[in-house]
Amino acid sequence: MNDAERRPYLAIGGVTKRFAVGDEEIEALGRIDLTIDKGQFACLIGASGCGKSTLLRIVAGFEEPTNGGISVHGNAITGPGSDRGMVFQDYALFPWMTVRENIAFGPRQRGLVKKEINAIADKYIKLVGLERFADRFPSQLSGGMKQRVAIARVLANDANILLMDEPFGALDALTREQLQDELLQIWTRTGVTVIFVTHSVEEAVLLADRVVVMTAGPGRIDADLAIELSRPRDVSSPEFNAVRRSVSERLTSHMSRRELRSAA
Amino acid sequence: MDEVAGKALDGGTLHAAHAEESVKLRRRRRTLDRIRGIVLGVGFPVLLVVLWDLAVRYTETRLIPSPREVAVMMYDFTFGGIYDDAFSGTIVTHILRSMERVYGGFFTAAALGIPLGLMIGRVKVVRQLLDPTISLLRPIPVTAWLPLSMILFGLGPNAAIFLVFLGAFYPILLNTIFGVRSVDPRLFEAASMLGCTGSAMFRQIVLPASMPAIFNGLRLGHGFAWILIVVGEMTGVPTGLGSVIMDGRTLSRTDLAIVGMIVIGVLGFLTDRVIVKLNNRVLSWSPQHHE
Repeated sequence: MNDAERRPYLAIGGVTKRFAVGDEEIEALGRIDLTIDKGQFACLIGASGCGKSTLLRIVAGFEEPTNGGISVHGNAITGPGSDRGMVFQDYALFPWMTVRENIAFGPRQRGLVKKEINAIADKYIKLVGLERFADRFPSQLSGGMKQRVAIARVLANDANILLMDEPFGALDALTREQLQDELLQIWTRTGVTVIFVTHSVEEAVLLADRVVVMTAGPGRIDADLAIELSRPRDVSSPEFNAVRRSVSERLTSHMSRRELRSAA
Repeated sequence: MDEVAGKALDGGTLHAAHAEESVKLRRRRRTLDRIRGIVLGVGFPVLLVVLWDLAVRYTETRLIPSPREVAVMMYDFTFGGIYDDAFSGTIVTHILRSMERVYGGFFTAAALGIPLGLMIGRVKVVRQLLDPTISLLRPIPVTAWLPLSMILFGLGPNAAIFLVFLGAFYPILLNTIFGVRSVDPRLFEAASMLGCTGSAMFRQIVLPASMPAIFNGLRLGHGFAWILIVVGEMTGVPTGLGSVIMDGRTLSRTDLAIVGMIVIGVLGFLTDRVIVKLNNRVLSWSPQHHE
């Protein structure tokens, strides 16, 4: 791969974040430097409180970093934008809109003509396999279906970067597996860049090209591991387990180190 | 081989028969439930009327008319031909006058309360500007405004409309504010990431998301509007159901006052049903806001 293709697509430079909680100030993120290539599937993993969701929200533009900045394709981001689509754990679908209307929401904001909006909606309803449920309201869908709508909603809006905040955390194991599979298919087919926050090592190793391990107090990057297993990945294979073990060790070794430090 | 198939078939038909039975049972239970609802719902007011009748007979009071006398008055008020006085056959006029005032006040309250509530709920500067004033004015009883409203709006329907407006305004406003404040902030984030900003956010997200609370406010406000019509028509208007009740008092015609009460009750009930129907239609997406 030559240098032009390798140039960072998403660049997080010197980002820190401090929150004011009452009179106290909490340092949520230390200094974070991270670059992600176009089309890459990166997982952020770490114990709760390590700032992985905060980092994702800063990339989404929902929160401003205290220091530093983020650029996409060389353009600094200043707020939420349709190039970065967030998929929330609790779906955040518009409950008064049908599946179709939810998916068509982004295209409608761009002021496209009705025919185009419908064509886009149809395309993404089909992509996530919800043709039969297009006219249902979110309250009439299962969790897995809701998350499919949420994914389709941001893709229909031409998001190049998919930001996923523990998107499958609230789903049962069977549905989770199915959606992981579908997400990988969508990722392969559309070539979107994915930043996926999770606290499951298995999920990270199954999905990602790259696992970024974060640690808490304040949040910082502890390790940046490339996952070079061939796809499709088999969670029961010895190779997969070896990688999973090494990522787990990385995650827990740090935790015990910190515990030792706090005990001393 | 044949025997096995036969057995399987038997099992199947047995199962189907069971299913049919349970469907029948469920349907019967639902019918019984509905009949009980009607019997209880209608029976209770009928019981109250019977008790009223017995109480009037037993005490031999001349101050409270019997249900029969009220029914006669209702007939005369509606069709005329019995007493042939100033009230005979005038029901439609009074209803129309009162409805003008109730809905004049109610719709003004909704037209001001909903947008203002959306703004106060969503825009901090507006909240800082208006919230203290509203909190200060709200506890003042609407009846306390009566003298001032007669000075401001004169001895006519406008004073009545103003009082009805005041009564309906606060529940609509406060429920709208509450509705906006309790919208999941993720919905705003989701909308802004999908390219929705500024006034489009109000129309497409803030308003529909607050709709359940707004309807709650409309229902409450509508109830207050009917309650306040009697106070509103104390301001010296010659027509309207409130003025009929006031006339009943001054003329010591309690039957007339009770007839006015019944008509207000029925109208309030019917229009409340209309709001509920509208509510169910607009909020069909929300199973917990369905009635």
